[in-house]
Amino acid sequence: MLRQIEGSRAVADTVALCRPAVVAAYPISPQTHIVEGLSDLVTAGDLAPCEYLLVESEFGALSACIGASAAGARTYTATSSQGLLFMAEALPNASGLGLPIVMTVANRALGAPINIWNDHSDALSQRDAGWLQLFASSNQEAVDLHVQAFALAERLSLPVMVCMDGFVLTHAMEEIDVPDQETVDAFLPAFAPRQWLDPDDPVTIGAMVGPGQFTEVKYLAARHQLAALDDVAEVAAEFESTFGRASGGLLQPYRTEDAEVVLVAMGSVLGTAADVVDGLRDDGIAAGVLGITCYRPWPHDELHDALRGIPRAVVVNRAIAVGAGSILGRDVRLTAPPTTEVHDVVMGLGGRPVTRAGLRQLVLDVLHGRLEPGALHFVDLDETIAASELARDEEVAVP
Amino acid sequence: MTLDVRIHGRGGQGVVTAAELLSLAAFDQGLHAQALPSFGSERTGAPVVAFCRIDERPIRSHDPVDHPSLVVLQDPTLLRAGGVLDGLADDGVVVVNSSRTPAELADAGLHLGPRQRLVTVPATELSRELLGRPLPNTALLGAVAAVTGVVSLDAVRGAIRQRFASRPDTVVAANVRLAEEAHAVVIDEEAQRHAQTD
Repeated sequence: MLRQIEGSRAVADTVALCRPAVVAAYPISPQTHIVEGLSDLVTAGDLAPCEYLLVESEFGALSACIGASAAGARTYTATSSQGLLFMAEALPNASGLGLPIVMTVANRALGAPINIWNDHSDALSQRDAGWLQLFASSNQEAVDLHVQAFALAERLSLPVMVCMDGFVLTHAMEEIDVPDQETVDAFLPAFAPRQWLDPDDPVTIGAMVGPGQFTEVKYLAARHQLAALDDVAEVAAEFESTFGRASGGLLQPYRTEDAEVVLVAMGSVLGTAADVVDGLRDDGIAAGVLGITCYRPWPHDELHDALRGIPRAVVVNRAIAVGAGSILGRDVRLTAPPTTEVHDVVMGLGGRPVTRAGLRQLVLDVLHGRLEPGALHFVDLDETIAASELARDEEVAVP
Repeated sequence: MTLDVRIHGRGGQGVVTAAELLSLAAFDQGLHAQALPSFGSERTGAPVVAFCRIDERPIRSHDPVDHPSLVVLQDPTLLRAGGVLDGLADDGVVVVNSSRTPAELADAGLHLGPRQRLVTVPATELSRELLGRPLPNTALLGAVAAVTGVVSLDAVRGAIRQRFASRPDTVVAANVRLAEEAHAVVIDEEAQRHAQTD
């Protein structure tokens, strides 16, 4: 049913429709409204049976999920920012043990300096933890991706992160079609774990693996994750045929046919970018948007094909790899065909808005050769402040 | 029919709630709407901004409203801080919570462009009277309905009833009356202004 509701509330309602048996919760902004919403639903008896565990930390939250999932329960948690980092030790355990946990990451910057606002630093810092990572471009897609995430996780026996922009999506009130229970039940059958911890029928999950087999285990895990690209696409197609709307998948191209330049991005800037592209097309400029929904596994071949014939790609990075450059931009650069010139820009760190005016100017700058390809360009950088700080560093004499 | 709204107020005045109520009213009228907060560290009394977009077409952008067609000021002292009128459309409207007239505010230094319009509504006084507390929120929404016509007073009433469904009936009724009173004040002001211009 179409409702005008907050993104967090829509996600909480949707997670409840997926009937998790265990929810482990530790609140952190901007994820808080999601776990509060689930708490309300459990308290009211609208989500039952469900064990709602208020744990002592994010480490506790993911550890509880690992235990519950290994015992055969459909399991969910949510976090943000340093909360995700506090789970870091347990993240590769969840994936390595093949536990289909679903987690929302309400994307937020990493401190210090402390900053509660949105960028992609948290999720991208854990890109190699062996989880699938899906990025929502809108609240509707956030809802839809959660339904898909449970299906994918259980089909693959792998954990899935659904990443949605903190505040920009979690706290936005919009019209959202939250599906009905019957349709979700039809799409998402009851969880049938491949194996589970049962005192009456003991098995070991997570035995030690020595040098003799460890490489093989990792090789197979890497193969398994890459093979999941097909499942991500299939589940999105099944979702579309069941729910009647396209959502998720690997990539989301918008007006990329014959484009001179495409903006490549993840998350909520994609809607803003689509409006910018419509404006540019009205002015006779052939621009497009290429949204990346599935970041892990990385859709190498699909992205390569999508960029074929497009002379310029501008990657909007909402996180950086300090000491190296960009994260998403490097992935795109390594993937793009040699005929595509890749521009790499940083925008929207720590809640700085990515505006229509800013994206439009960016496209024009690239088309007019004002942006040097190959270099990482910080859009909207206050160069006066940066220069004065750099000059001050020079002046400081080291005793 | 589009309306890009920026609401300025202070922590505790319900700035975010105002944007949400406006989006609910628009949704109930069959329009597309989006309420977006611009969170700072939330402290009572600190300046807070929220946005609301209303459109006949689905809304895709998630950037802040930087060229509003309507600015709502829940606290007139924010005028002193500056920036509240930034980007206001040439034919934009400003609704200010104030017991002073637009002419008095103009004399006090609030200057608008030739096609921009200033509307005042004594929302704090009205809310003290009807709610017993200075919560100008729902009064300003009544004023917005009167000024823009994009959302109807009826839709504002519906939004208040939905949003405050868990509150006591008396609170809901008082807020509905507050919106109605403010709506009437603005309709009256506009009628007087038209009479003067004619």
